[in-house]
Amino acid sequence: MTGRIKGKRSLSVALAALTAIGAAITIACGPDALEIPIETPITPKLDVSPFQRVLVAGFVAGGSEDVDANQETVRLLRSQLRTKSQLKVIDADVMPLLDIVQEQTKAASPPLIEEPAVARENVPTPGAQGGNGNGTIAGAQSMALPKVIKEEKDLEPYERLFANTAYWKKIGEEYQNPLIVTGTVLFVPHSSSGFVQHDQEVLDNFGRRSVRPMRTYQERKGFILRPKFVFIDGRTGATMYSESYREEILYSAQQNTPALSSYFELMDRLVPNFLSALSNQKIKGTRVLLK
Amino acid sequence: MTGRAVPFMTIAALGVLLCAGPALADVRSDAKAQVEFGIDVAQRGLWREAIYRWEKAVEIDPAYAAAFNDLAIAYEHEGQLQKARKAYDKALELDPNNTQIRQNYELFKEINDRTNQGKAKS
Repeated sequence: MTGRIKGKRSLSVALAALTAIGAAITIACGPDALEIPIETPITPKLDVSPFQRVLVAGFVAGGSEDVDANQETVRLLRSQLRTKSQLKVIDADVMPLLDIVQEQTKAASPPLIEEPAVARENVPTPGAQGGNGNGTIAGAQSMALPKVIKEEKDLEPYERLFANTAYWKKIGEEYQNPLIVTGTVLFVPHSSSGFVQHDQEVLDNFGRRSVRPMRTYQERKGFILRPKFVFIDGRTGATMYSESYREEILYSAQQNTPALSSYFELMDRLVPNFLSALSNQKIKGTRVLLK
Repeated sequence: MTGRAVPFMTIAALGVLLCAGPALADVRSDAKAQVEFGIDVAQRGLWREAIYRWEKAVEIDPAYAAAFNDLAIAYEHEGQLQKARKAYDKALELDPNNTQIRQNYELFKEINDRTNQGKAKS
């Protein structure tokens, strides 16, 4: 009996000694992996060296009536560019592009502005490219413009504005040939229902805590933000580059989140991508160095 | 090959391995010294010096996956994304099951793909 106890004790002493030796070796050699913060510089997608100034002109915007997506997008991008780019941001009135396109269309042809309720089965796809010398849209007869933007399809006829080089050249001359930022923004309410997985803390019979994944059926509502940024050379009126994004956010149906705060939350995710088109950005992260 | 030649060859091969063992260990310890110095300077923000050290480490020991991993991170930090990709590829080729290298590579790829995606759209 005593011999057995002695044997057990000597085994545990040996194990403890081994653990201590292991720990000592680890401390002496240091850990083999080390997390380190890094900043990856990203070169801009656009060469903006010919420009000293940037004009965030305005956006063809629509969707939710609670947010003026044109005003808010212009304001946000200008403030971001002021702090995070080398270009001088031009303070000008926000251009009501929706009205501008409609006026241009009227000037070019008999009115073809649609009421939103009208079915658009026979609306041709955007094809009217370019503009005439007056900045009005050539070939406008082939496009019907929805008066109110409710969905993505409504934006399509307005896209021809970005191909109207004469118009943008004129704007460029007015502001001494800046880089022009424009595009479309659609910010629409969205709802979805289905099973959502979340972690729930549970206590067992012994009072021990553990986390279990739980699936519950939930009605959720939120917003979708679909901006398209178009970068135009103010010297020529030609589009240099464009990029589209889509972000969405959903909350539980009981949560009452203001549309404007959702808009900013979604824009916040996109702004680094927007900025990386025209200025050097540093993306912060961590990596593991190994020995 | 005769029956007698086989044990002889085995002994000879073992002999070569035994002789090469210390030499290989020396190579690795030299490379490891460079890697450790590189880590030390990288922690102080001296990334160019770190690159120099880790480049030396992979030159000394071209089979040292950790050195390639560290070099890739340094290239990433300096914005040399092409070189970073090559170094990560090499590190994973040498040690395909290393989860830390793979994790670093995935994070790198996310940034690199985003940059290339934007460029492709223009």
